[in-house]
Amino acid sequence: MITLGDAIDERTHRLVRAAASRIRSHPPPGFVDLVPAFVSIVVHYDPLVAAREGNGRPYEHVVNFLRERLTGLAVEALDAPRVVEIPVCYGGDLGPDLDDVARMHELSPDEVVRLHSAAEYLVYMIGFMPGFAYLGGLPERIATPRRKTPRTAVPAGTVGIGGRQTGVYPLVSPGGWNLIGRTPVKIFDIARAEPTLLGTGDRVRFRPITRAEFDEASA
Amino acid sequence: MTIRVVTGGLQTTVQDLGRPSHQHQGIPGGGAMDRIAMRVGNLLVGNDANAATLESTLIGPTLTFGAETLIALTGADLEAAVGATPIPPWHPALLSAGATLRFGRALRGCRTYVAVAGGIDVPLVFDSRSTYLRAEFGGFDGRALHAGDHLAVGEPSHLSKRIMSSLRGSNGHTATVARWSAGASIRTTFTEEAIVRLIRGAHTDLLTEASLAALVGSRFRVSASSDRMGYRLDGEPLSLRATTELLSEGVAFGTVQLPPGGAPIVLMADRQTTGGYPRIGEVATVDLSIVAQLKPGDHLRFRFISLEEAQDLYLSWQQDLRQAELAIPFHLSRGGSAS
Repeated sequence: MITLGDAIDERTHRLVRAAASRIRSHPPPGFVDLVPAFVSIVVHYDPLVAAREGNGRPYEHVVNFLRERLTGLAVEALDAPRVVEIPVCYGGDLGPDLDDVARMHELSPDEVVRLHSAAEYLVYMIGFMPGFAYLGGLPERIATPRRKTPRTAVPAGTVGIGGRQTGVYPLVSPGGWNLIGRTPVKIFDIARAEPTLLGTGDRVRFRPITRAEFDEASA
Repeated sequence: MTIRVVTGGLQTTVQDLGRPSHQHQGIPGGGAMDRIAMRVGNLLVGNDANAATLESTLIGPTLTFGAETLIALTGADLEAAVGATPIPPWHPALLSAGATLRFGRALRGCRTYVAVAGGIDVPLVFDSRSTYLRAEFGGFDGRALHAGDHLAVGEPSHLSKRIMSSLRGSNGHTATVARWSAGASIRTTFTEEAIVRLIRGAHTDLLTEASLAALVGSRFRVSASSDRMGYRLDGEPLSLRATTELLSEGVAFGTVQLPPGGAPIVLMADRQTTGGYPRIGEVATVDLSIVAQLKPGDHLRFRFISLEEAQDLYLSWQQDLRQAELAIPFHLSRGGSAS
Protein backbone atom coordinates (compact mmCIF):
# COMPACT_ATOMS: atom_id res chain seq x y z
CA MET A 1 0.00 0.00 0.00
CA ILE A 2 1.25 3.42 -0.98
CA THR A 3 -0.19 6.37 0.93
CA LEU A 4 -0.07 9.77 -0.76
CA GLY A 5 -2.16 11.98 1.50
CA ASP A 6 -4.60 11.95 4.38
CA ALA A 7 -7.73 13.71 3.17
CA ILE A 8 -10.08 13.61 0.19
CA ASP A 9 -9.02 16.46 -2.05
CA GLU A 10 -8.27 16.99 -5.72
CA ARG A 11 -4.55 17.46 -5.23
CA THR A 12 -4.16 14.10 -3.48
CA HIS A 13 -6.41 12.55 -6.11
CA ARG A 14 -4.10 13.82 -8.87
CA LEU A 15 -1.08 12.41 -7.03
CA VAL A 16 -2.80 9.03 -6.73
CA ARG A 17 -3.57 9.04 -10.44
CA ALA A 18 -0.04 10.12 -11.37
CA ALA A 19 1.45 7.34 -9.22
CA ALA A 20 -0.98 4.75 -10.60
CA SER A 21 -0.11 5.69 -14.15
CA ARG A 22 3.64 5.50 -13.45
CA ILE A 23 3.26 2.05 -11.89
CA ARG A 24 1.06 0.73 -14.71
CA SER A 25 3.46 1.90 -17.38
CA HIS A 26 6.34 0.05 -15.72
CA PRO A 27 4.98 -2.45 -13.21
CA PRO A 28 7.02 -4.34 -10.60
CA PRO A 29 7.76 -8.06 -11.13
CA GLY A 30 4.74 -10.24 -10.37
CA PHE A 31 2.36 -7.30 -10.78
CA VAL A 32 -1.30 -8.40 -10.68
CA ASP A 33 -3.31 -5.18 -10.33
CA LEU A 34 -3.41 -1.87 -8.52
CA VAL A 35 -6.40 -0.39 -6.74
CA PRO A 36 -6.33 3.39 -6.44
CA ALA A 37 -8.40 4.85 -3.59
CA PHE A 38 -8.97 8.33 -2.10
CA VAL A 39 -5.47 8.75 -0.68
CA SER A 40 -3.69 5.48 -1.38
CA ILE A 41 -2.91 2.76 -3.88
CA VAL A 42 -2.82 -0.95 -3.12
CA VAL A 43 -0.51 -2.92 -5.39
CA HIS A 44 -1.36 -6.62 -5.70
CA TYR A 45 1.56 -8.82 -6.75
CA ASP A 46 2.53 -12.49 -6.80
CA PRO A 47 5.40 -13.05 -4.36
CA LEU A 48 6.51 -16.13 -6.31
CA VAL A 49 7.41 -14.05 -9.36
CA ALA A 50 8.79 -11.15 -7.32
CA ALA A 51 10.98 -13.55 -5.31
CA ARG A 52 12.85 -14.68 -8.43
CA GLU A 53 14.11 -11.19 -9.12
CA GLY A 54 14.23 -10.18 -5.50
CA ASN A 55 16.57 -12.84 -4.14
CA GLY A 56 13.85 -14.53 -2.12
CA ARG A 57 12.70 -11.23 -0.53
CA PRO A 58 9.64 -10.37 -2.64
CA TYR A 59 8.13 -7.65 -0.44
CA GLU A 60 11.39 -5.73 -0.04
CA HIS A 61 12.05 -6.02 -3.73
CA VAL A 62 8.63 -4.68 -4.76
CA VAL A 63 8.81 -1.86 -2.21
CA ASN A 64 12.25 -0.80 -3.43
CA PHE A 65 11.09 -1.04 -7.02
CA LEU A 66 8.07 1.16 -6.36
CA ARG A 67 10.06 3.64 -4.28
CA GLU A 68 12.48 4.12 -7.14
CA ARG A 69 9.66 4.30 -9.64
CA LEU A 70 7.85 7.02 -7.68
CA THR A 71 10.86 9.19 -6.89
CA GLY A 72 10.14 12.80 -7.70
CA LEU A 73 6.43 12.17 -8.10
CA ALA A 74 4.52 15.40 -8.48
CA VAL A 75 1.10 16.44 -9.59
CA GLU A 76 1.91 15.65 -13.17
CA ALA A 77 0.13 16.49 -16.35
CA LEU A 78 -2.53 13.86 -16.67
CA ASP A 79 -4.67 12.96 -19.63
CA ALA A 80 -7.65 15.30 -19.94
CA PRO A 81 -10.48 13.75 -17.93
CA ARG A 82 -13.30 12.04 -19.75
CA VAL A 83 -16.65 13.67 -19.13
CA VAL A 84 -19.43 11.11 -18.84
CA GLU A 85 -23.04 12.25 -18.98
CA ILE A 86 -25.54 10.06 -17.19
CA PRO A 87 -29.26 10.59 -17.98
CA VAL A 88 -31.44 10.34 -14.87
CA CYS A 89 -35.19 10.22 -14.41
CA TYR A 90 -35.63 11.90 -11.02
CA GLY A 91 -38.41 11.28 -8.50
CA GLY A 92 -41.56 9.21 -8.74
CA ASP A 93 -41.26 5.49 -8.12
CA LEU A 94 -37.73 5.58 -9.60
CA GLY A 95 -36.59 8.06 -6.94
CA PRO A 96 -38.87 7.44 -3.95
CA ASP A 97 -36.82 9.55 -1.51
CA LEU A 98 -36.64 12.74 -3.61
CA ASP A 99 -39.51 14.37 -1.71
CA ASP A 100 -37.95 13.48 1.68
CA VAL A 101 -34.62 14.96 0.62
CA ALA A 102 -36.35 18.15 -0.58
CA ARG A 103 -38.37 18.47 2.64
CA MET A 104 -35.30 18.00 4.82
CA HIS A 105 -33.52 20.89 3.10
CA GLU A 106 -36.64 23.04 2.70
CA LEU A 107 -36.30 22.92 -1.05
CA SER A 108 -38.72 21.90 -3.75
CA PRO A 109 -38.04 18.54 -5.46
CA ASP A 110 -37.27 20.48 -8.66
CA GLU A 111 -34.61 22.52 -6.84
CA VAL A 112 -32.97 19.33 -5.58
CA VAL A 113 -32.92 18.01 -9.15
CA ARG A 114 -31.49 21.29 -10.43
CA LEU A 115 -28.71 21.33 -7.82
CA HIS A 116 -27.89 17.64 -8.32
CA SER A 117 -27.76 17.90 -12.12
CA ALA A 118 -25.94 21.26 -12.28
CA ALA A 119 -22.85 20.04 -10.44
CA GLU A 120 -19.86 18.35 -12.03
CA TYR A 121 -18.62 15.33 -10.10
CA LEU A 122 -15.22 13.67 -9.91
CA VAL A 123 -14.73 9.90 -9.73
CA TYR A 124 -12.33 9.63 -6.81
CA MET A 125 -12.24 5.86 -6.75
CA ILE A 126 -13.91 2.65 -7.87
CA GLY A 127 -14.73 0.06 -5.25
CA PHE A 128 -17.35 -1.45 -2.96
CA MET A 129 -18.97 -3.39 -5.83
CA PRO A 130 -18.25 -3.93 -9.54
CA GLY A 131 -18.11 -0.54 -11.26
CA PHE A 132 -19.25 1.51 -8.26
CA ALA A 133 -17.83 5.05 -8.46
CA TYR A 134 -17.24 7.16 -5.36
CA LEU A 135 -18.15 10.65 -6.56
CA GLY A 136 -16.99 13.91 -5.02
CA GLY A 137 -18.65 17.24 -5.65
CA LEU A 138 -22.15 16.90 -4.21
CA PRO A 139 -23.46 20.41 -3.40
CA GLU A 140 -23.41 20.87 0.41
CA ARG A 141 -27.00 22.13 0.15
CA ILE A 142 -28.37 18.64 -0.65
CA ALA A 143 -26.05 16.47 1.45
CA THR A 144 -28.41 14.11 3.28
CA PRO A 145 -27.71 11.55 6.02
CA ARG A 146 -28.22 7.89 5.17
CA ARG A 147 -31.63 6.39 5.93
CA LYS A 148 -32.04 4.79 9.36
CA THR A 149 -33.22 1.50 7.88
CA PRO A 150 -31.36 0.37 4.77
CA ARG A 151 -33.41 -1.14 1.95
CA THR A 152 -32.75 -4.80 1.25
CA ALA A 153 -32.74 -4.43 -2.55
CA VAL A 154 -32.02 -1.23 -4.42
CA PRO A 155 -32.45 -1.67 -8.21
CA ALA A 156 -29.43 -1.34 -10.52
CA GLY A 157 -29.09 2.18 -11.95
CA THR A 158 -30.57 3.90 -8.92
CA VAL A 159 -29.04 7.29 -8.10
CA GLY A 160 -28.70 8.00 -4.40
CA ILE A 161 -27.38 10.47 -1.87
CA GLY A 162 -25.62 9.18 1.25
CA GLY A 163 -24.14 11.88 3.46
CA ARG A 164 -21.87 14.05 1.32
CA GLN A 165 -21.64 11.41 -1.38
CA THR A 166 -23.74 10.66 -4.40
CA GLY A 167 -23.53 7.72 -6.75
CA VAL A 168 -25.25 5.15 -8.91
CA TYR A 169 -25.83 1.54 -7.84
CA PRO A 170 -24.31 -0.62 -10.62
CA LEU A 171 -26.13 -3.78 -9.46
CA VAL A 172 -29.09 -4.70 -7.33
CA SER A 173 -27.86 -4.47 -3.75
CA PRO A 174 -28.91 -3.57 -0.24
CA GLY A 175 -28.45 0.14 0.39
CA GLY A 176 -29.02 2.89 2.93
CA TRP A 177 -28.77 5.88 0.63
CA ASN A 178 -31.65 8.24 -0.22
CA LEU A 179 -32.88 7.23 -3.66
CA ILE A 180 -33.62 10.23 -5.87
CA GLY A 181 -33.78 8.80 -9.39
CA ARG A 182 -32.69 6.12 -11.79
CA THR A 183 -30.65 5.97 -14.98
CA PRO A 184 -31.47 3.66 -17.90
CA VAL A 185 -27.73 3.46 -18.65
CA LYS A 186 -25.94 0.34 -17.46
CA ILE A 187 -23.16 1.37 -15.09
CA PHE A 188 -21.83 -2.18 -15.10
CA ASP A 189 -22.49 -4.57 -17.96
CA ILE A 190 -20.55 -7.77 -18.43
CA ALA A 191 -21.61 -7.87 -22.10
CA ARG A 192 -19.66 -4.68 -22.90
CA ALA A 193 -16.00 -4.67 -23.92
CA GLU A 194 -15.42 -2.09 -21.19
CA PRO A 195 -17.83 -3.38 -18.53
CA THR A 196 -17.52 -0.46 -16.15
CA LEU A 197 -18.91 2.86 -17.39
CA LEU A 198 -16.80 4.96 -15.04
CA GLY A 199 -13.11 4.98 -14.18
CA THR A 200 -10.99 6.78 -11.60
CA GLY A 201 -10.48 10.40 -12.65
CA ASP A 202 -13.57 10.69 -14.87
CA ARG A 203 -15.87 13.72 -14.56
CA VAL A 204 -19.58 13.00 -14.34
CA ARG A 205 -22.69 15.05 -15.07
CA PHE A 206 -26.28 13.98 -14.49
CA ARG A 207 -28.86 15.07 -17.12
CA PRO A 208 -32.55 15.03 -16.13
CA ILE A 209 -34.79 13.05 -18.47
CA THR A 210 -38.54 12.39 -18.47
CA ARG A 211 -40.19 9.13 -17.56
CA ALA A 212 -41.05 8.58 -21.22
CA GLU A 213 -37.39 9.01 -22.20
CA PHE A 214 -36.41 6.63 -19.40
CA ASP A 215 -38.89 3.99 -20.54
CA GLU A 216 -37.77 4.32 -24.13
CA ALA A 217 -34.09 4.01 -23.22
CA SER A 218 -34.75 1.00 -20.97
CA ALA A 219 -36.87 -0.81 -23.53
CA MET B 1 -17.87 -35.09 -22.44
CA THR B 2 -20.44 -33.75 -20.03
CA ILE B 3 -21.25 -34.15 -16.37
CA ARG B 4 -24.90 -34.35 -15.46
CA VAL B 5 -25.86 -32.74 -12.16
CA VAL B 6 -28.28 -35.06 -10.37
CA THR B 7 -28.40 -32.91 -7.24
CA GLY B 8 -26.57 -29.64 -6.71
CA GLY B 9 -25.72 -30.06 -3.03
CA LEU B 10 -25.77 -27.09 -0.65
CA GLN B 11 -23.64 -24.76 -2.77
CA THR B 12 -21.57 -26.12 -5.62
CA THR B 13 -19.96 -23.53 -7.88
CA VAL B 14 -17.39 -23.48 -10.68
CA GLN B 15 -14.15 -21.90 -9.41
CA ASP B 16 -10.65 -21.31 -10.75
CA LEU B 17 -8.03 -18.89 -9.41
CA GLY B 18 -10.34 -15.92 -9.93
CA ARG B 19 -9.97 -12.56 -11.66
CA PRO B 20 -7.43 -10.66 -9.54
CA SER B 21 -6.44 -8.25 -12.33
CA HIS B 22 -9.91 -6.66 -12.47
CA GLN B 23 -9.95 -5.33 -8.92
CA HIS B 24 -9.38 -1.75 -10.13
CA GLN B 25 -12.84 -1.98 -11.74
CA GLY B 26 -14.40 -2.94 -8.42
CA ILE B 27 -14.68 -6.57 -9.55
CA PRO B 28 -13.83 -8.97 -6.72
CA GLY B 29 -10.79 -11.25 -7.09
CA GLY B 30 -13.03 -14.26 -6.41
CA GLY B 31 -11.95 -17.83 -7.20
CA ALA B 32 -11.48 -20.92 -5.06
CA MET B 33 -11.61 -20.38 -1.28
CA ASP B 34 -9.10 -23.15 -0.49
CA ARG B 35 -6.42 -22.53 -3.12
CA ILE B 36 -4.18 -25.26 -1.74
CA ALA B 37 -6.85 -27.90 -2.32
CA MET B 38 -7.86 -26.44 -5.68
CA ARG B 39 -4.28 -26.29 -6.98
CA VAL B 40 -3.45 -29.80 -5.78
CA GLY B 41 -6.66 -31.17 -7.33
CA ASN B 42 -5.63 -29.83 -10.71
CA LEU B 43 -2.14 -31.17 -10.29
CA LEU B 44 -3.40 -34.71 -9.51
CA VAL B 45 -5.42 -34.88 -12.74
CA GLY B 46 -2.74 -33.32 -14.98
CA ASN B 47 -4.48 -29.95 -15.42
CA ASP B 48 -3.06 -26.44 -15.62
CA ALA B 49 -3.02 -24.64 -12.27
CA ASN B 50 -5.91 -22.37 -13.27
CA ALA B 51 -8.27 -25.01 -14.69
CA ALA B 52 -11.81 -24.63 -13.40
CA THR B 53 -12.94 -27.03 -10.66
CA LEU B 54 -16.15 -27.50 -8.70
CA GLU B 55 -16.16 -26.13 -5.17
CA SER B 56 -18.82 -27.75 -3.04
CA THR B 57 -19.72 -26.77 0.48
CA LEU B 58 -20.71 -29.12 3.34
CA ILE B 59 -23.28 -31.10 1.36
CA GLY B 60 -21.77 -32.33 -1.88
CA PRO B 61 -23.59 -32.75 -5.20
CA THR B 62 -24.45 -35.97 -7.01
CA LEU B 63 -22.76 -36.09 -10.40
CA THR B 64 -23.02 -38.55 -13.28
CA PHE B 65 -20.12 -38.67 -15.73
CA GLY B 66 -21.02 -39.14 -19.39
CA ALA B 67 -17.69 -40.73 -20.33
CA GLU B 68 -14.62 -42.20 -18.66
CA THR B 69 -13.17 -39.38 -16.52
CA LEU B 70 -10.14 -38.77 -14.35
CA ILE B 71 -11.04 -36.83 -11.21
CA ALA B 72 -9.47 -35.87 -7.89
CA LEU B 73 -11.26 -34.74 -4.76
CA THR B 74 -9.28 -32.42 -2.51
CA GLY B 75 -9.93 -30.35 0.59
CA ALA B 76 -12.73 -31.42 2.91
CA ASP B 77 -13.59 -35.09 3.38
CA LEU B 78 -17.28 -35.26 2.48
CA GLU B 79 -17.39 -39.07 2.39
CA ALA B 80 -17.42 -39.42 -1.38
CA ALA B 81 -18.11 -42.70 -3.11
CA VAL B 82 -18.93 -44.21 -6.48
CA GLY B 83 -21.22 -47.14 -5.76
CA ALA B 84 -19.52 -49.08 -2.96
CA THR B 85 -16.05 -47.67 -3.74
CA PRO B 86 -15.02 -44.83 -1.43
CA ILE B 87 -13.16 -42.00 -3.19
CA PRO B 88 -10.76 -40.63 -0.57
CA PRO B 89 -9.54 -37.04 -0.88
CA TRP B 90 -6.09 -36.23 -2.34
CA HIS B 91 -5.97 -39.28 -4.68
CA PRO B 92 -6.61 -39.31 -8.44
CA ALA B 93 -9.44 -41.65 -9.41
CA LEU B 94 -10.57 -42.97 -12.77
CA LEU B 95 -14.34 -43.23 -13.18
CA SER B 96 -15.89 -45.27 -15.96
CA ALA B 97 -18.57 -43.88 -18.28
CA GLY B 98 -21.90 -43.54 -16.50
CA ALA B 99 -20.37 -43.57 -12.99
CA THR B 100 -22.24 -41.54 -10.37
CA LEU B 101 -20.29 -39.73 -7.68
CA ARG B 102 -22.13 -39.17 -4.40
CA PHE B 103 -21.18 -37.51 -1.16
CA GLY B 104 -22.13 -38.31 2.42
CA ARG B 105 -21.47 -36.51 5.67
CA ALA B 106 -18.91 -33.77 6.19
CA LEU B 107 -16.32 -35.81 8.09
CA ARG B 108 -13.65 -33.11 8.07
CA GLY B 109 -13.56 -29.58 6.71
CA CYS B 110 -16.13 -27.57 4.81
CA ARG B 111 -15.17 -27.33 1.12
CA THR B 112 -14.35 -30.10 -1.31
CA TYR B 113 -12.94 -29.53 -4.78
CA VAL B 114 -13.81 -31.80 -7.67
CA ALA B 115 -11.01 -31.45 -10.20
CA VAL B 116 -11.75 -33.07 -13.56
CA ALA B 117 -9.10 -33.80 -16.21
CA GLY B 118 -9.58 -31.12 -18.89
CA GLY B 119 -11.23 -28.71 -16.46
CA ILE B 120 -14.85 -27.55 -16.31
CA ASP B 121 -15.52 -25.73 -19.57
CA VAL B 122 -17.63 -22.62 -19.02
CA PRO B 123 -17.15 -19.26 -20.77
CA LEU B 124 -14.48 -16.87 -19.50
CA VAL B 125 -15.89 -13.73 -17.86
CA PHE B 126 -13.22 -11.14 -17.11
CA ASP B 127 -10.51 -13.74 -17.75
CA SER B 128 -11.92 -16.24 -15.29
CA ARG B 129 -14.38 -19.14 -15.11
CA SER B 130 -15.12 -18.44 -11.44
CA THR B 131 -18.70 -17.98 -10.30
CA TYR B 132 -19.43 -14.66 -8.61
CA LEU B 133 -22.75 -15.33 -6.93
CA ARG B 134 -23.57 -11.81 -5.70
CA ALA B 135 -23.47 -10.26 -9.16
CA GLU B 136 -24.57 -13.50 -10.84
CA PHE B 137 -21.82 -13.76 -13.42
CA GLY B 138 -19.11 -16.25 -14.32
CA GLY B 139 -19.12 -20.00 -13.78
CA PHE B 140 -22.30 -21.81 -14.80
CA ASP B 141 -24.82 -19.01 -15.56
CA GLY B 142 -23.50 -17.05 -12.57
CA ARG B 143 -25.10 -19.41 -10.08
CA ALA B 144 -24.67 -22.54 -7.99
CA LEU B 145 -25.43 -25.85 -9.72
CA HIS B 146 -28.96 -27.27 -9.78
CA ALA B 147 -30.35 -30.69 -10.63
CA GLY B 148 -30.56 -31.06 -14.39
CA ASP B 149 -27.54 -28.90 -15.29
CA HIS B 150 -25.06 -30.30 -17.79
CA LEU B 151 -21.42 -29.24 -17.43
CA ALA B 152 -19.03 -29.44 -20.36
CA VAL B 153 -15.50 -30.68 -19.71
CA GLY B 154 -12.41 -29.57 -21.66
CA GLU B 155 -9.95 -31.78 -23.51
CA PRO B 156 -7.66 -33.68 -21.09
CA SER B 157 -3.94 -32.90 -21.38
CA HIS B 158 -1.31 -35.38 -22.49
CA LEU B 159 -0.34 -35.86 -18.84
CA SER B 160 -3.99 -36.45 -17.89
CA LYS B 161 -4.18 -39.19 -20.51
CA ARG B 162 -1.03 -40.83 -19.15
CA ILE B 163 -2.46 -40.83 -15.63
CA MET B 164 -5.69 -42.30 -17.01
CA SER B 165 -3.97 -45.14 -18.79
CA SER B 166 -1.94 -45.93 -15.66
CA LEU B 167 -5.22 -46.45 -13.79
CA ARG B 168 -7.06 -48.33 -16.51
CA GLY B 169 -7.30 -51.97 -15.54
CA SER B 170 -9.21 -54.87 -16.98
CA ASN B 171 -11.20 -55.30 -13.81
CA GLY B 172 -14.24 -53.41 -15.11
CA HIS B 173 -14.64 -51.41 -11.91
CA THR B 174 -16.68 -48.21 -12.13
CA ALA B 175 -14.03 -46.40 -10.06
CA THR B 176 -10.31 -47.00 -9.65
CA VAL B 177 -8.47 -45.00 -7.00
CA ALA B 178 -4.74 -44.42 -7.46
CA ARG B 179 -2.49 -45.79 -4.74
CA TRP B 180 -0.44 -42.62 -4.84
CA SER B 181 -1.65 -39.30 -3.51
CA ALA B 182 -0.60 -35.74 -2.74
CA GLY B 183 2.03 -35.62 0.00
CA ALA B 184 1.17 -34.19 3.40
CA SER B 185 3.34 -31.10 2.84
CA ILE B 186 1.10 -29.84 0.03
CA ARG B 187 -2.27 -30.70 1.57
CA THR B 188 -4.55 -28.35 3.48
CA THR B 189 -3.84 -28.75 7.20
CA PHE B 190 -6.69 -29.94 9.40
CA THR B 191 -6.20 -29.81 13.15
CA GLU B 192 -8.41 -30.04 16.20
CA GLU B 193 -8.16 -26.32 16.80
CA ALA B 194 -7.15 -24.11 13.90
CA ILE B 195 -4.13 -21.89 14.42
CA VAL B 196 -4.10 -19.13 11.83
CA ARG B 197 -0.96 -17.10 11.31
CA LEU B 198 -1.47 -13.38 11.04
CA ILE B 199 0.71 -10.52 9.83
CA ARG B 200 0.21 -7.22 11.64
CA GLY B 201 -2.11 -4.92 9.72
CA ALA B 202 -2.08 -1.19 9.03
CA HIS B 203 -4.19 -0.50 12.14
CA THR B 204 -3.13 -3.25 14.57
CA ASP B 205 -1.44 -0.57 16.67
CA LEU B 206 -4.78 1.19 17.17
CA LEU B 207 -6.11 -1.74 19.23
CA THR B 208 -6.25 -1.28 23.01
CA GLU B 209 -3.68 -3.30 24.94
CA ALA B 210 -6.40 -5.67 26.13
CA SER B 211 -7.78 -6.13 22.62
CA LEU B 212 -4.34 -6.78 21.16
CA ALA B 213 -3.82 -9.45 23.82
CA ALA B 214 -7.27 -10.90 23.06
CA LEU B 215 -6.61 -10.98 19.31
CA VAL B 216 -3.74 -13.43 19.73
CA GLY B 217 -4.61 -14.87 23.15
CA SER B 218 -8.27 -15.79 22.89
CA ARG B 219 -10.36 -18.15 20.83
CA PHE B 220 -12.79 -17.01 18.13
CA ARG B 221 -15.82 -18.83 16.83
CA VAL B 222 -16.83 -18.71 13.16
CA SER B 223 -20.23 -17.01 13.05
CA ALA B 224 -23.19 -18.34 11.08
CA SER B 225 -23.04 -15.22 8.90
CA SER B 226 -19.88 -16.37 7.14
CA ASP B 227 -19.69 -17.04 3.43
CA ARG B 228 -17.43 -16.78 0.39
CA MET B 229 -17.18 -13.04 0.96
CA GLY B 230 -16.02 -13.06 4.56
CA TYR B 231 -15.88 -14.90 7.88
CA ARG B 232 -17.23 -13.05 10.91
CA LEU B 233 -15.59 -14.12 14.14
CA ASP B 234 -17.36 -14.07 17.48
CA GLY B 235 -15.29 -13.84 20.62
CA GLU B 236 -14.09 -11.25 23.07
CA PRO B 237 -15.17 -7.96 21.37
CA LEU B 238 -12.14 -5.98 20.21
CA SER B 239 -11.89 -2.22 20.50
CA LEU B 240 -9.66 0.60 19.37
CA ARG B 241 -7.91 3.14 21.59
CA ALA B 242 -9.63 5.96 19.76
CA THR B 243 -12.36 6.05 17.19
CA THR B 244 -10.86 7.02 13.89
CA GLU B 245 -12.55 7.93 10.67
CA LEU B 246 -10.83 5.93 7.95
CA LEU B 247 -11.11 6.37 4.21
CA SER B 248 -11.90 3.40 2.00
CA GLU B 249 -8.80 1.67 0.63
CA GLY B 250 -7.86 -1.51 -1.20
CA VAL B 251 -8.10 -4.77 0.74
CA ALA B 252 -6.91 -8.31 0.06
CA PHE B 253 -7.88 -11.99 0.45
CA GLY B 254 -7.17 -12.50 4.16
CA THR B 255 -7.43 -8.91 5.36
CA VAL B 256 -8.91 -8.88 8.88
CA GLN B 257 -11.24 -5.91 9.31
CA LEU B 258 -12.68 -4.63 12.56
CA PRO B 259 -16.18 -3.11 12.18
CA PRO B 260 -17.57 -0.98 15.04
CA GLY B 261 -19.33 -3.96 16.72
CA GLY B 262 -15.92 -5.40 17.70
CA ALA B 263 -16.30 -8.75 15.90
CA PRO B 264 -13.47 -9.09 13.36
CA ILE B 265 -14.15 -10.19 9.78
CA VAL B 266 -11.67 -12.16 7.68
CA LEU B 267 -12.16 -11.12 4.05
CA MET B 268 -12.32 -14.17 1.79
CA ALA B 269 -12.36 -14.90 -1.95
CA ASP B 270 -15.45 -12.85 -2.91
CA ARG B 271 -14.47 -9.83 -0.78
CA GLN B 272 -15.17 -6.33 -1.98
CA THR B 273 -12.13 -4.69 -3.56
CA THR B 274 -12.03 -1.83 -1.06
CA GLY B 275 -13.06 -1.36 2.55
CA GLY B 276 -13.26 1.39 5.10
CA TYR B 277 -12.93 -0.50 8.41
CA PRO B 278 -9.67 -0.65 10.39
CA ARG B 279 -7.42 -3.48 9.19
CA ILE B 280 -6.04 -5.26 12.24
CA GLY B 281 -4.24 -8.08 10.44
CA GLU B 282 -3.56 -9.98 7.24
CA VAL B 283 -3.85 -13.78 7.25
CA ALA B 284 -0.77 -15.51 5.82
CA THR B 285 -1.70 -16.78 2.33
CA VAL B 286 -0.83 -20.41 3.19
CA ASP B 287 -3.27 -20.32 6.13
CA LEU B 288 -6.25 -18.99 4.12
CA SER B 289 -7.01 -22.61 3.30
CA ILE B 290 -7.33 -23.40 7.01
CA VAL B 291 -9.88 -20.61 7.37
CA ALA B 292 -11.73 -21.65 4.19
CA GLN B 293 -12.24 -25.13 5.64
CA LEU B 294 -13.81 -23.89 8.91
CA LYS B 295 -17.56 -24.28 9.32
CA PRO B 296 -19.82 -21.95 11.29
CA GLY B 297 -19.34 -22.91 14.94
CA ASP B 298 -15.69 -24.00 14.49
CA HIS B 299 -12.98 -22.23 16.47
CA LEU B 300 -9.69 -20.60 15.59
CA ARG B 301 -6.82 -18.83 17.27
CA PHE B 302 -4.51 -16.25 15.73
CA ARG B 303 -0.75 -16.11 16.11
CA PHE B 304 1.40 -13.25 14.81
CA ILE B 305 4.18 -13.89 12.33
CA SER B 306 6.27 -11.46 10.31
CA LEU B 307 5.61 -10.61 6.69
CA GLU B 308 8.95 -12.24 5.79
CA GLU B 309 7.96 -15.49 7.50
CA ALA B 310 4.59 -15.48 5.75
CA GLN B 311 6.20 -14.98 2.36
CA ASP B 312 8.78 -17.69 3.08
CA LEU B 313 5.94 -20.10 3.94
CA TYR B 314 4.21 -19.22 0.67
CA LEU B 315 7.39 -19.67 -1.36
CA SER B 316 8.21 -22.98 0.23
CA TRP B 317 4.66 -24.25 -0.39
CA GLN B 318 5.01 -23.24 -4.04
CA GLN B 319 8.31 -25.11 -4.18
CA ASP B 320 6.73 -28.25 -2.70
CA LEU B 321 3.92 -27.96 -5.22
CA ARG B 322 6.42 -27.65 -8.07
CA GLN B 323 8.26 -30.75 -6.87
CA ALA B 324 5.03 -32.71 -6.69
CA GLU B 325 4.23 -31.57 -10.22
CA LEU B 326 7.57 -32.91 -11.45
CA ALA B 327 7.18 -36.13 -9.48
CA ILE B 328 4.00 -37.25 -11.25
CA PRO B 329 5.45 -37.86 -14.77
CA PHE B 330 8.54 -39.41 -13.15
CA HIS B 331 6.37 -41.78 -11.15
CA LEU B 332 4.34 -42.72 -14.24
CA SER B 333 7.45 -43.39 -16.31
CA ARG B 334 8.57 -45.87 -13.68
CA GLY B 335 5.37 -47.80 -14.26
CA GLY B 336 3.39 -46.51 -11.32
CA SER B 337 -0.06 -47.98 -11.41
CA ALA B 338 -3.06 -48.63 -9.25
CA SER B 339 -4.60 -51.83 -8.12
